[in-house]
Amino acid sequence: MSSHSTAMHQHQFADAKQQIEASMLGMWIFLMTELLLFGGLFAGYVVYRSAYPEAFAFGSSKLEWPLAAANTIILIVSSLTMVLAVYGAQVNSRAMLVGFLLLTILFGAAFLGLKVVEYHAHWIHHEVPGFGFRTDWEAPVQMFFLIYFMLTGIHAIHMIVGIGLVSYIIYKGYKRTYSPAYHTPVEIVGLYWHFVDIAWVFLFPLLYLVGAHFGVGE
Amino acid sequence: MSNIVELENGHGVNADDSGEEEPKNYLTNGFGLKSWLLTLDHKRIGILYMLSITFMFLMGGVFALLIRLELLTPQADIFTGDSYNKLFTLHGVTMVWFFLIPSIPTVLGNFLLPLMIGAKDLAFPRINLMSWYIYIIGSVFLFYVVLAGGVDTGWTFYTPYSTNSSNTHVISTTLGLFIVGFSSILTGLNFIVTVHRMRAPGMTWFRLPLFIWSIYATSIIMILATPVLAVTLVLVTVERALRIGIFDPGLGGDPLLFQHLFWFYSHPAVYIMILPGMGVVSELIAAFSRKRVFGYKFVAGASMAIALIGFVVWGHHMFVTGLSLYAALTFSILSFLVSIPSGIKVFNWTATLYKGSISFDAPMLYALGFIGLFTIGGLTGLFLAALGLDRHIHDTYFVIAHFHYIMVGGMVLAYFGGLHYWWPKISGRMYPEGWAKLSALIVFIGFNLTFFPQFILGYMGMPRRYHAYAPEFQVLNVLSTAGSSILGVGILFPLTYMLASFKYGKIASANPWKAKGLEWETTSPPPTENFPEVPIVTEEAYNYPSQKPTRIVARREPEIV
Repeated sequence: MSSHSTAMHQHQFADAKQQIEASMLGMWIFLMTELLLFGGLFAGYVVYRSAYPEAFAFGSSKLEWPLAAANTIILIVSSLTMVLAVYGAQVNSRAMLVGFLLLTILFGAAFLGLKVVEYHAHWIHHEVPGFGFRTDWEAPVQMFFLIYFMLTGIHAIHMIVGIGLVSYIIYKGYKRTYSPAYHTPVEIVGLYWHFVDIAWVFLFPLLYLVGAHFGVGE
Repeated sequence: MSNIVELENGHGVNADDSGEEEPKNYLTNGFGLKSWLLTLDHKRIGILYMLSITFMFLMGGVFALLIRLELLTPQADIFTGDSYNKLFTLHGVTMVWFFLIPSIPTVLGNFLLPLMIGAKDLAFPRINLMSWYIYIIGSVFLFYVVLAGGVDTGWTFYTPYSTNSSNTHVISTTLGLFIVGFSSILTGLNFIVTVHRMRAPGMTWFRLPLFIWSIYATSIIMILATPVLAVTLVLVTVERALRIGIFDPGLGGDPLLFQHLFWFYSHPAVYIMILPGMGVVSELIAAFSRKRVFGYKFVAGASMAIALIGFVVWGHHMFVTGLSLYAALTFSILSFLVSIPSGIKVFNWTATLYKGSISFDAPMLYALGFIGLFTIGGLTGLFLAALGLDRHIHDTYFVIAHFHYIMVGGMVLAYFGGLHYWWPKISGRMYPEGWAKLSALIVFIGFNLTFFPQFILGYMGMPRRYHAYAPEFQVLNVLSTAGSSILGVGILFPLTYMLASFKYGKIASANPWKAKGLEWETTSPPPTENFPEVPIVTEEAYNYPSQKPTRIVARREPEIV
């Protein structure tokens, strides 16, 4: 496309292509740092699960896996709508771009809503470590719940940030800032969203599907 | 200078129309606080960082002098044990996170990276400015901690003391460090993208100055290691705030998990601290030998190898914690292995000097000092990596001497050498060479007097982090304190004359050292956009004219040149 050579770009870049490549590389690197961030917590999970396997199975059985399974589906669908939004930018359809981004936020909000329901249930059953955790369970179970809250909590914070980013993209997209030649912010927000989705895909089985509580075990 | 009128081609003339033209450089392109605090120019951001970390360096230095003051006598006479704990903690925290880790990357790296690769700026100038503000916010947390009574856990925050027993401002410190970590991460991200995507035409990877290779390797460590520290600090904060046991054995937690997580970051962090210094030394040795660096690819590869292997040696900080024998052996072997790339660099620098055209300007004195002192520091690291020996010298002054030889004898000397070398480029002025040579000498003498006795003290068994000690250690401690006051004086000299050079320094030409490198092919100081035209690179790095042989060195036909 000849518009590349005349497309706007920031002054430090030689051309628009360099700017696009730099932005994409920058986001990938940022996601690598996020991987290491969650990785530290996963390391803690591995250490404590291998030290207290029964406590982890027990704690996991007290989580509401159907809600979380629904959340998993919700997030995967939200990644689909995000991809379709990027496609909308690529084919210059403001309707598709803004529409699918709004859907993405909707699904993100639904995810957070279900998390609120889950957290509330834990709260009223005294299952939140540090806030009067129930004493009839052994200490390692509290460890499981701590790791559960840290992992899902940090994940939820990333979701909230993601919704904020998507909102910003909706605002800019509605104002026709993006075009087939320039929609890198949509792509990199999409990358971020997919990362948060993938993180959940790992969290879900590690936290909710531990142990045999589908009628086989206790 | 408000009487300069702006013309639209960016040149200024005096308002009295005397016809004198003053081409704008990055320092004169805009005046006033806003033009500095809202700048997107990587060179100005480098200056902002330089001012901040200089302040932090001095603050950390004051804590050090207070420590040395107490250690003049075997008894505790100035500080209580609790206060002394706060002093060495604040010294460590300030120096590690607010001076050593940022210093060369954010000051020299920010300033030079785009210049050296022929770019107009970094890839993300706004993120660059944001990372400075994040650093400042982190510093505010540290200042609060200092003023509100300090923190006493050691810079290592070992649990369960930090999470359970300490009644000092731990959380404010961990939050401040969490914040300042993001400054690191964003800087590293910016550098990596810039090196990958914004090299000038013809600037291939293997034509890059070795300083860039070092900064690149440093940035990789920054982005991969720092997030682990971030999440570890969050866990410490949560445990302390909510009084629940992640690392607390009383609640089923594992205090060693903290140490593994902490050192997984903090060991690579020491390579964040030293790699940029090595990069500076490569530049200085080449420039003041007027010779290409021997074994360029090996030096570049060694930077990457240090970054890589540096991630798998963290256990050598934990040899006395009861690690399994096999884990300890593995970490010991890997720690020996990680010294090899550093050794390669030292050998290659030495080979660069051989038959070079050496001049002993101040930057070269610092570089030569680095090579010697870093070698001592590095070799003593091998002593510590040996399992049997570490049993005796772990947690003694031997360790302190080891890492100060690398951090001060290495890093600080490299930082000073780099500041002197690139000072004409940064400020447009020359520093006074005589004073600079004297300062380098004072720093060298003061440094060695401070820290060499500490090797002996450690070997004799004096533990670290003690404010009182057995009387037989006093003589060496007195020598060490005397050295520290000399070191302090030596450090204050450059502070003074660099500042004074803005007024009294000789105006510098574009290339006062006649050195090779793109940064020397633009004015001193450079214009805001770095180069009037995008440079095209056609030659290798350090393409100095080769020396003609002056005598036949082998029984064969002499080369016809």
